[in-house]
Amino acid sequence: MNISDPTETFRQEARELLDQLEAGLLDLEQDPSNQDLINSAFRALHTIKGSGAMFGFTAVAEFVHEFETAFDRVRKGQSEPNAALIQVALDAKDHIHLLIESPDTRIDGGDEILAHLRTIVEGGTQAPASKPKAAPSAMAESTIGSTKAWRLVFYLPSDALIYGTNPLLLLEELAQIGPTKVTALTDRIPDLAVIDPEMPHMGWQVDIEAEDPADAIDDVFLFLRDNMELTLTPIDPYEAISDPAAIATAGPAEPDIVEEPIIRAAELAKQAPTPRSRTAEKPDGKAATSLRVPAERLDELMDRVGELVIAQARLSQIAAQSADSGLKTIAEELERLSSGLRDTTMGIRMVPIGSLFGRFRRLVHDLSNELGKPIEFITAGEDTELDKTMIERLADPLVHLIRNSVDHGLESAEKRIAAGKPDKGVVRLSAVYSGAEVAISVSDDGNGLNAARIRAKAEENGLITAESKLTDQELNHLIFAPGFSTAKEVTSLSGRGVGMDVVKRTIDGLRGTIDVTTVAGQGTTMTLRLPLTLAIIDGMLIRVGSGRYTIPLAAVEECVELPDGVEAHAKGRNFLDIRGSLVPYLRLREVFGTTSPQELHQKVVIVSSGEGRVGLVVDQILGNNQTVIKQLTKLHSAVKSFSGATILGDGTVALILDTAHLVSAGQKYVGNQTGRAA
Amino acid sequence: MSKTILTIDDSASIRQMVTMTLMSAGLDVIEAADGAEGYDKATSNVVHAVLTDLNMPVLNGIEFIRKYRQHPSSKGIPIILLTTESDEELKRQAKEAGATGWIVKPFKQDQLLAIIKKVTGA
Repeated sequence: MNISDPTETFRQEARELLDQLEAGLLDLEQDPSNQDLINSAFRALHTIKGSGAMFGFTAVAEFVHEFETAFDRVRKGQSEPNAALIQVALDAKDHIHLLIESPDTRIDGGDEILAHLRTIVEGGTQAPASKPKAAPSAMAESTIGSTKAWRLVFYLPSDALIYGTNPLLLLEELAQIGPTKVTALTDRIPDLAVIDPEMPHMGWQVDIEAEDPADAIDDVFLFLRDNMELTLTPIDPYEAISDPAAIATAGPAEPDIVEEPIIRAAELAKQAPTPRSRTAEKPDGKAATSLRVPAERLDELMDRVGELVIAQARLSQIAAQSADSGLKTIAEELERLSSGLRDTTMGIRMVPIGSLFGRFRRLVHDLSNELGKPIEFITAGEDTELDKTMIERLADPLVHLIRNSVDHGLESAEKRIAAGKPDKGVVRLSAVYSGAEVAISVSDDGNGLNAARIRAKAEENGLITAESKLTDQELNHLIFAPGFSTAKEVTSLSGRGVGMDVVKRTIDGLRGTIDVTTVAGQGTTMTLRLPLTLAIIDGMLIRVGSGRYTIPLAAVEECVELPDGVEAHAKGRNFLDIRGSLVPYLRLREVFGTTSPQELHQKVVIVSSGEGRVGLVVDQILGNNQTVIKQLTKLHSAVKSFSGATILGDGTVALILDTAHLVSAGQKYVGNQTGRAA
Repeated sequence: MSKTILTIDDSASIRQMVTMTLMSAGLDVIEAADGAEGYDKATSNVVHAVLTDLNMPVLNGIEFIRKYRQHPSSKGIPIILLTTESDEELKRQAKEAGATGWIVKPFKQDQLLAIIKKVTGA
């Protein structure tokens, strides 16, 4: 985006306004008498109309104008904002959105929407409102076009000076129409004792040489003509000559006389600002509440901070090896500063998730209508902040999850009543911080996942065999397998079987996890756990052979030593007994094919992801480090065990382990007891 | 000294367009996003003219004008209304409140400059 392109700003602004409009309309459906909601919807429309016309979106401006005209009846309380009206208003909002996003393509359907809207608000009688014509000219009295000299006499309204009209500027403008002779009319100036210096007591007589100056004069007095005294009359040359008074007033000496009062009037206007303090001239001390910055600049800033963190790590490393206490102090100071800078920079990228949640209200509203299921949609934790990139990439997965909840999760109203539940199903979307992660959950109070059906379907699709023994958790996770779909009938909304595996992949790509809990008859909850940011994480640096790797610290549960003697059973069962529960482990030496001699005492890092835990056997645990994540190139996209790379303090590269993948690979590896995980 | 114009509009795109236009003509610009912010800035800065939108949250254009006109520093300061309406009633209300003039949206950049020149001479 080019920051100096107002058209792009307009688009962005219009998108926000449309979201606001949509939210307002949906709220209005719940609370039809709320005048504030109606007014705010109106204001959003109005701004779109005004700006749209400014930036050449004429189709938008025209459509919104008609929309606004029809909607005005709602504002005036002449029409009820019922469900049908809200629906057509939402359609209209969608239409505006299309018009704004693709201004060059022809988009039909607008007239139908407007006709429909009019039918609802008033029975379809009103034709499109014609734009009111400009007020007729106040100069109607000027009739004779051929006259070359005109006499204009005017007195300003009494508030003109206070309200910012400068008579000098008016006279200058008049002078541009043609040669003028200006005479001050002092007949109305009161006694000095009672004079109010802020009032324009004087009048002006201006003789203009021009052919038919009425329109031009009209323009000069554009803002004043409605409540001022003004007459324009043609000057009869014979009369002018035969009238000595006229000759006298138009005489060459006159301007000297009139000059002074004009300046005084002008000074009056100029004097006004002086009582204010000069120090206030600098920009307002209060900072603007927000600032629009292109996302690329933030990315760039984040990159720079990343580089700084790496450079700082190098310095720390050198300082640690040095005996120079001054250097150590600086290194520590820099470490503190750079970690503060890192947090601030990441904070800038954080946006509240509420902006995303707003979109889903419309989705649920539409789904509810389409499927005929009454739904209450509850959101919580809108203030929870997440990295902006993350929020954008979460939109599609959440759409899938919500669709699934509405489509598969919630029963029909009849079934619900039969099951003793309220007929209105509840879909709840919430976000909450948990440690360095954000947990976003979509839950419904529907029937819960049908374990028998999942099992049957998985067997049918060859995902498992009839003999496979699975825990409930494992069974539930089968819904994320590619090509899995339990809906018996494919609806237009979900059930194409392409949803959940895509959701899982997207969440994996964000280094997050997805978890399912379900209670038969009571509902299902899908929980996404996501790291707060994509750019810099805290990592645990480990060594395997001669290579160094980073494990995201958030995934690390604990570190233990690999007990002696486990080696003997290695070919049989790769399990550790962690306080009574069995945790499978992977030897990273084997996974990475390391051949260098191994440490005598191997360590196990227990990492967890949504699906379970797995131990990673490493040669050495080196410590914590701030990890600036660098994406791997497409060339390496097939390498599943790594999610990225980072640069260490000494300039070497360490790969970042993809814990979610390793956990599932570990489970599989142990399950099959054969093959390589990576 | 170049003149300072305060532009009050809840639409960032309009503000940006107005600012760019005025700055390109060598004027200084102060921006405000609603009438309340506009009032604060109008009364704490030296401004030579105010351009304000009509339909805004918090304090709308007419309310802003009314409030600002009660402040002594507004004396003689022209206030131009940016409006989509050719609605005479609104214009009348605005004039009563103390607006100097108006410009009807959509307007072209040179129209805006002409109006500014008209009321400030700049």
